[in-house]
Amino acid sequence: MSKIIELKNVNKWFDKFQALKDINLEVNQQEKIVICGPSGSGKSTLIRCINRLEEHQDGKIIVDGKEISENTKDLEKIRAEVGMVFQQFNLFPHLSILDNCTLAPIWVKKMPKKDAEALAMKNLERVQIADQAKKFPGQLSGGQQQRSALARALCMEPKIMLFDEPTSALDPEMIKEVLDAMVDLAKAGMTMIVVTHEMGFAKEVADNMIFMDEGKIVEKAKTKDFFENPKSDRTKLFLSQIL
Amino acid sequence: MNLSILKSDKKNLNSFIAVGSTLIFIGFIDIILSSFFSTNITSFLPDKISYLTPLLFGLFGLYLIRIEFSGNKLLDKVNTNFNSSNFNALLTLLVIFSLIKYIPPLLNWFVFDANFAGNTKEDCTSGGACWVFVKVWLNRFVYGLYPDSEQWRINTAFITLFLLVGGSFFVPARFKKYIIIFLLFIYPIIGLKLISGGDFGLKYVETGAWGGLSLTFIVSAFALILCFPIGTILALGRRSKLPAIRYTSIGFIELWRGVPLITVLFMSAVMFPMFLPDGTYVDKLIRVLIAITLFEAAYMAEVVRGGLQALPKGQYEAAKSLGMGYWKMHFLIILPQALKLVIPGIANTFLALVKDTPLIFVVGLLELAGMVNLAKTNPKWLGMAMEGYVFAGLVFWVICYVMSRYSQNLEKKLKTER
Repeated sequence: MSKIIELKNVNKWFDKFQALKDINLEVNQQEKIVICGPSGSGKSTLIRCINRLEEHQDGKIIVDGKEISENTKDLEKIRAEVGMVFQQFNLFPHLSILDNCTLAPIWVKKMPKKDAEALAMKNLERVQIADQAKKFPGQLSGGQQQRSALARALCMEPKIMLFDEPTSALDPEMIKEVLDAMVDLAKAGMTMIVVTHEMGFAKEVADNMIFMDEGKIVEKAKTKDFFENPKSDRTKLFLSQIL
Repeated sequence: MNLSILKSDKKNLNSFIAVGSTLIFIGFIDIILSSFFSTNITSFLPDKISYLTPLLFGLFGLYLIRIEFSGNKLLDKVNTNFNSSNFNALLTLLVIFSLIKYIPPLLNWFVFDANFAGNTKEDCTSGGACWVFVKVWLNRFVYGLYPDSEQWRINTAFITLFLLVGGSFFVPARFKKYIIIFLLFIYPIIGLKLISGGDFGLKYVETGAWGGLSLTFIVSAFALILCFPIGTILALGRRSKLPAIRYTSIGFIELWRGVPLITVLFMSAVMFPMFLPDGTYVDKLIRVLIAITLFEAAYMAEVVRGGLQALPKGQYEAAKSLGMGYWKMHFLIILPQALKLVIPGIANTFLALVKDTPLIFVVGLLELAGMVNLAKTNPKWLGMAMEGYVFAGLVFWVICYVMSRYSQNLEKKLKTER
């Protein structure tokens, strides 16, 4: 399996606060990685650097063979290949669910409207929300909105999907419907990097686990090893509190 | 009966209502008699007290009928809505009494004592408003000094405009786009050409002769159409990451916002020509249009910026994560939402713009208010200022009210949140 994401000695500062310290990470195609850690540990910042919603100041980030830097033209192409699902859904409230899904394919990928709509319906079907296509985001529940956001990202037919705490803003009973959709996606062979506290999901889906604290990757291990015999004391402490 | 006579309660409900309503009734009779028949039933009292008697009667009456949960639906409704406390009772009475006192004289002046027939000032004999003045001058108020024989050109231009705008509501969505593009970019040129003439066998009418309500519409419409995109671009510029663009925008906005419109207009008339090379001439009206447009664009920019700042960061991030660049992100995602948020502010700026148009008198252009100003100084019509300004005020009010209603409808129509 070939590398699709590579981070080399990545450092990032917010003013004087160092959010990421010397991050090294390789992600292979179809690999599923779950990142966990206490809040403020830099998990979100890490995956937001991968599609440059945050800028890193030092080190190299290479996505699908292209280095991410200030070269804007490339950047938009890379972002189009990297789907992202946010904690707060971030659907476009002035557009219907269907338009949310077709907008980027039509305007960024120049897809004909008919094809874009067919693609959108296919993806909405996939997250089981096709019957809500004509509604506006404000009329849907949190779980439905997050699944719509997933469908919207999938409509760009991305090679990589990033999830930034996708279930943290949801009511407990809606978490499952979103996780189910993500499990389906994982089984279909998508490359996924997921920041989440849902350890059940991690055990079921993840190939590798990453534990972060204070901007550093404290531990990276196969999922089974990570849960059964974590090496660092910090990881043990975290797992004992969360499980 | 005991001491509690002044404390209303449910037990003696009917007697309290009877006494209370009688007192209120006396108060009303008093005010009606004094304002319509100039008789004062309390003239035996000192002047100041006599003036307040209707209020005192009414207040005491309302106090007596203020009984909670009386069971009488009408009484409960009155009490909760108009009579919930002594202060509210006072306000209610003041409003009703002032209406009784001041509306009839106003109506008399406007309608019942007004003069409609005739053609000269001498026909106005009955003491009310002299609408003859407006009737005689109406043509000038609408067309300014535009030659009578050419007025069909203004009519044609505006009727076509209204037909196009009206038609755009009924045609299928597919053609709507083209009509709007035509309306915004091509029609203004055709309309201006039709009104100014000079080609196609149309007689040239210089802009100094334009005036009245039609000029109000022309100036407002052009300034509205132009100041909106310029304002939007300035708002985006002010939030740009590039310092050159950002500081230029800030400088531009703060410069125009800090100068009174009347000085801007004055400079456009007096100073601007000095910067032009000899022999070139830019029409007065065009200079004024540019000045008003840039002035209002600065205000518009700040309104739009308010909307841009109100949008959550997540909207920008979601758009970026889908691979959209700066312009796609702003035109597809950010501006549609931001502009929707600030429709009230945009309407506000537009209304202010329409009401600012009379200021173009400083460069010698006379729109509606300016024409009124001119007409009232005509020796044959001296003393008609009141009628003229009331008429101009009414026309402006109608224009602004229509715009305000339209903006409210637009807000409702575009509302997609639950």
